Amino acid sequence: MADITAPAYRVIPIIPALKPGAMEGKGPYVANDKIQEALGFPGALVEDWHDRAIAKMGDLLGKYRSLRVFMDACVHCGACSDKCHYFIGTQDPKNMPVARQDLMRSVYRRYFTLPGKLFPKLVGARDLTREVLDEWHNYFHQCSECRRCSVFCPYGIDTAEVTMAAREILDSVGYGQKYDNEIIGKVHKIGNNLGLPGPALIDTMEGLEEDVKEDTGIDVRFPVDVKGAEVLLITPSADFFAEPHIDSLIGYAKVFHATGTSWTLSSMSSEAANFGMFIGNYEQLRKIALRIREAALELGVKRIVVGECGHAWRVAYSFWNTLSGVGDGADETDRFAQMLQKQLDHRYRQPSHICEFTWDMIEKSRLSFDKEANDKHIITFHDSCNVARGSSMGGYPGGQFDIPRNIIKAVANNFVEMDPSTTHERTFCCGGGGGLLTDDLMDLRVKGALPRMEVLHQVVEENGVNFLAVICAICKTQFSKTMPIYGFDRRMVGGVHQLVSNAIKLGDK
Amino acid sequence: MNALIAVLFYLATLLFVVGLLYRIRTYATTPSPLKIPTTPAPTTTGGVVLRMTREVVFFESLFKANLWTWGLGWLFHASLALVILRHLRYFIEPVWAWVGFIQPFGMYAGITMLLGVCGLWGRRLLVERIRYISTPSDHLMLILFISIAASGLAMSFIVHTDVIAVKGFFQGLMHFSIQPLPGDAILVLHLLSVVVLMAIFPISKLLHAPGVFFSPTRNQKDDPREKRHIAAWAKKLESEN
Repeated sequence: MADITAPAYRVIPIIPALKPGAMEGKGPYVANDKIQEALGFPGALVEDWHDRAIAKMGDLLGKYRSLRVFMDACVHCGACSDKCHYFIGTQDPKNMPVARQDLMRSVYRRYFTLPGKLFPKLVGARDLTREVLDEWHNYFHQCSECRRCSVFCPYGIDTAEVTMAAREILDSVGYGQKYDNEIIGKVHKIGNNLGLPGPALIDTMEGLEEDVKEDTGIDVRFPVDVKGAEVLLITPSADFFAEPHIDSLIGYAKVFHATGTSWTLSSMSSEAANFGMFIGNYEQLRKIALRIREAALELGVKRIVVGECGHAWRVAYSFWNTLSGVGDGADETDRFAQMLQKQLDHRYRQPSHICEFTWDMIEKSRLSFDKEANDKHIITFHDSCNVARGSSMGGYPGGQFDIPRNIIKAVANNFVEMDPSTTHERTFCCGGGGGLLTDDLMDLRVKGALPRMEVLHQVVEENGVNFLAVICAICKTQFSKTMPIYGFDRRMVGGVHQLVSNAIKLGDK
Repeated sequence: MNALIAVLFYLATLLFVVGLLYRIRTYATTPSPLKIPTTPAPTTTGGVVLRMTREVVFFESLFKANLWTWGLGWLFHASLALVILRHLRYFIEPVWAWVGFIQPFGMYAGITMLLGVCGLWGRRLLVERIRYISTPSDHLMLILFISIAASGLAMSFIVHTDVIAVKGFFQGLMHFSIQPLPGDAILVLHLLSVVVLMAIFPISKLLHAPGVFFSPTRNQKDDPREKRHIAAWAKKLESEN
């Protein structure tokens, strides 16, 4: 990894020239038979992969209206062509969203449309060959499913949906990605992405209690498996040990402490992340989400709150109600969902984001802060892609942008915005989302971070920004790994609740 | 000749209507198992109607993406809409007052339509990224529109055709009687181009027209926490537990 260097900054806005073949290659490591079979996928590329892949595509076309419409509707207008951070960072034309979709659309046209069957060359249709399959494995693992392209498409075509379908097809023929599928296996087996077993989790939380006591002199609790607690906190497992994630976990605990809220973690369901979404597999997505349902029923909690994690919040906000019944408004006859929804307290939104929880408490004057504690920071906020374009907060459109910013402004004095063409719904992905946060994709991750780094560099130069606040575990890991390559201090990145933690006054409320 | 064109028009209309209905049925009956609106998204049905209207009438997302593509694309589509409305006069008798009123505007819209298509083709040829993603059919589609617009304009401004006879021909078609049609080459080119356009509509990228209405990222309400949304095939998984 030592040979990976940062590309040079350019003048914003940037529409780079094409460099065909720039990111050609084998793609990420392929999952071995053990990893694949644990998820019920074939262990290695099956002999009849061609027929099975086409059959799977047909199956998905019948199950997902998104894929069905998106395969037909594209007119090659080019609106998306300069919007992907991986294209801007790598200049490989196959990283233009439309070109990435066309890797699959060309095959769709060949096997599922009349013109493609009759005149393949004319309409850009092609056979599914081994080369095409390899190309899928490579380029559909250069998409972080961040949905930036879908903001600009006149038909709302979302490349994330196409990428998910492609990965689902690859898995179904035994050509999975090692990183994603290995992690999903760990969630099923142990309960979180890290493979941190229950006793170790309890140990870690006890250690944290001691640390906070030493730091503040106050007994802030980090409870695990407490039956009858009001709040079940579901947070990405990186929060339990990784830097800077852990500082946000301390922040959540302090917020619960200061507001007198009883809460608990679950050792059985100690993971907010859901990599089932990354591989586009509904059954995996659902199976992982069901762990949260199970924990909520078992512990008898009234509220479910989700920690700082981008795609996890998308899954929680947009999909949990569908997958596991965590939400409201199920049909009276829907026994599966009603079982849980009757238990939850619907004076609150279910599930809630930790930022919604904290902001609600700030608005009710249940929290007070020493804002000067954050005066050493000049802060900017990076909207995480899945929160920005795949979820909401506060029950109104755009709440996902306002609430984290409101919190930052409530706990700190110095806040600066980055270039507006790269924030809110137009935010860039950090470059490590969508199941690509693995060392074997480091080159891609560094190049994918470039568009964000260029804009960050601007506010560092002009405003002296020295803290990049985020609410996503993947953003945190990706930035603390890639920012040093761009010459920034790795400690520059941190969570919104890390800032809350710095400034919160404990004990006087 | 007029018998051949009549038959072609019947066939093209059949393909257009049946093909399009079949396609729309496919879109409508394919489930959306998950809530995937591109957020921030409206939380109410009224809000979604507004969002779709802005998208379909003003091309809101394209406006955010690229002003040149938006300007040329909008000019082309708005002009085309006006041109099509103007052509209603060939199919109705007596001609409705408003259709009469828009005749001169529709004529000039033919010019702006041609300008729009040529501009879009220029982009396709000159901008490296868009040239890269273009297939031969993308170019042919634009040539087809140029052929329709240019031949139509030629008949309006240069070599006039007997529009009374043309109207007689189409009125006849609507009552299944084949009437005489002027034999001008330019008119034949115009009509054949339209026949081709109608025939390929349901099997080409022209499906973006019905497709946009079915796009889940645009037409879904953002209310997943408030209302449980589940597809029939996904619901089945719950009873398997």
